[in-house]
Amino acid sequence: MIHPSTSTAATTAVAPRPIHVVELRGVTKTYGSGQAAVHALRGVDFGIEHGDFVAVMGPSGSGKSTCMNIIGCLDTPTSGSYLFEGVDVGRLSRQQRALLRRYHLGFVFQGYNLLNRTSALENVELPLLYRGVAQRERAAGARRALATVGLEDWAHHTPGELSGGQQQRVAIARALVTEPTVILADEPTGNLDTERGREIMDLLAALNRERGITIVMVTHEADMAAYARRVVRFVDGHVESDTRRAGQG
Amino acid sequence: MFRETLLLALREIRRNVLRSSLTILGIVIGVAAVITMVTIGGGATVQVASQIRSLGSNLLNVRPGQQPRGPGGARQAAKLFEMKDVEAIARDVGGIAAISPASSRNVLAINAELNWSTTVTGTDNDYFKVRDWPLSVGRVFTDSELRAGAMACVLGASVRDKLFGAQDPVGSTIRLGALACEVIGVLAAKGQSSFGMDQDDLVVIPLRALQRRIAGTQYVDGIMVSVQEGVPTKKVQADIESLLRERRRLGPREEADFYVMDMQQIVTAVSGTTQTLTALLGAVAAVSLLVGGIGIMNIMLVSVTERTREIGIRLAIGAMENEVLTQFLVEAVMLSLFGGVAGIALGLAAAAGGSAVLGVPFVLNFWIVIVAFVFSGAVGVIFGYFPARKAAQLDPIEALRHE
Repeated sequence: MIHPSTSTAATTAVAPRPIHVVELRGVTKTYGSGQAAVHALRGVDFGIEHGDFVAVMGPSGSGKSTCMNIIGCLDTPTSGSYLFEGVDVGRLSRQQRALLRRYHLGFVFQGYNLLNRTSALENVELPLLYRGVAQRERAAGARRALATVGLEDWAHHTPGELSGGQQQRVAIARALVTEPTVILADEPTGNLDTERGREIMDLLAALNRERGITIVMVTHEADMAAYARRVVRFVDGHVESDTRRAGQG
Repeated sequence: MFRETLLLALREIRRNVLRSSLTILGIVIGVAAVITMVTIGGGATVQVASQIRSLGSNLLNVRPGQQPRGPGGARQAAKLFEMKDVEAIARDVGGIAAISPASSRNVLAINAELNWSTTVTGTDNDYFKVRDWPLSVGRVFTDSELRAGAMACVLGASVRDKLFGAQDPVGSTIRLGALACEVIGVLAAKGQSSFGMDQDDLVVIPLRALQRRIAGTQYVDGIMVSVQEGVPTKKVQADIESLLRERRRLGPREEADFYVMDMQQIVTAVSGTTQTLTALLGAVAAVSLLVGGIGIMNIMLVSVTERTREIGIRLAIGAMENEVLTQFLVEAVMLSLFGGVAGIALGLAAAAGGSAVLGVPFVLNFWIVIVAFVFSGAVGVIFGYFPARKAAQLDPIEALRHE
């Protein structure tokens, strides 16, 4: 049983770290039932290794968002199993999944999803707040994270006062401030122009390269997927192709 | 973490100052109404009790006839008391501090060209003890005045005002009807009784003077008995009743042709009535608190809907259900407590003003203030729980999609 307070370090000491940080085994997801049932995922098998950078592609309705929700512990599979660092997430309670998100996952959304009327600094502090980090350390950590994304001078601006690219960088700072095992990015460049999109991708690639944070990213754009080392393509709830690029990253 | 939750709630309330103020208005009015009702009611109870107590403390009133039990009703001719009855009670009944016979007649009191129609009461010096009534100036009767039935009188404060104004009347002579009478003292002012009578509108003379010169009888209208401190008035009351029954040769089944009234019982009865009324008014006011609570629930539900996305973000980045629940619950409780405090302030101000207008004392009841505060907090918990739980149970995926 994984417990957040015992962190990955403790787990490593007891048992060898699983090769796959994320592993899906025959995962299906069905919404509704009977005639109206929608099969979003029809048996997905794949694993993601520690430190990898994976782009998930596919047309709308191919199941990639559902798959991301399951990887992000926001949803659970209908059948099959999803292992996060060897722990079967399907058996965890809502509460335990919240703790898993709190201690191991960072999220970056297409629509940024920052708290309105709340400064960039406080937005970035939020995950630390739920971790129970003291005020002084919270502010220091959040400032470091903002510096990483190049926004140290914008700490006291609210999302309304920032451009889209800046907002997304605040969101990345919020995701990385807890130094998570995995960052899940759902179309992070979807609302940005190419130039801003490249800045965001450079940032994610650097985090992956320099800090060893595993990144799983959903994208429509081939240019953005080119930043990843591996591309998983979904069609109709299946993994259609899984290719690893050489030379990138 | 709790400090952050409080600050966050405070910030949310401040962001919507107008809405927050309107939300708590119901609680403010409810609490203010309860506080005002209970405080003014409490003041009235105290006032009534103190007025009745001003008739005398531990006082038993022995009267001829049957106890009046409401308007109308035939009274049989009652046998009046005599001095022998007074002496018998003083001798045979234990626990008596003072006993005083009293008879009254209406007379016209005259000083030079000023006159005033008043009551003249014939009694002895124990009257002042029984009624706990000191003199403001002058002296009480001497033994020889009492024995001889001398025309010496002590004036009530109102009579002094009517006949002498601000002058000192001691030593001057007034006329009671046709009789000249020397003023020897003035009673301290007692004010109005709760029955609206002016207690200070009287002239006190020796009983024998009244019997011989004004009433022309040997009878005594009534006997007032004050009971010693620590002796149960009930026991003395029963002893007097049985003694008088014996003296009047009443059989055990016969109805008494006299009665012994305990002033304390009247205090209790009247206080009970005002307290019941106060409770009733307070209960009506408490209903508005309930309405205020529903107002808070309504606004909190709106707030949860408005902030669905925020809740989704919090849940996605690792907030647990109970943390979101606490956040919204704290906000609701804080709102209602603000309302409670404002209501307490408003209620006390209204009670102070109302007491002044109605002429009742302002009696601050700390309990009702504490109860109102706790109750308004409880309203926040009860009516905030449902919206907070709704927020906590949102599906983060759905919540994030919410526009």
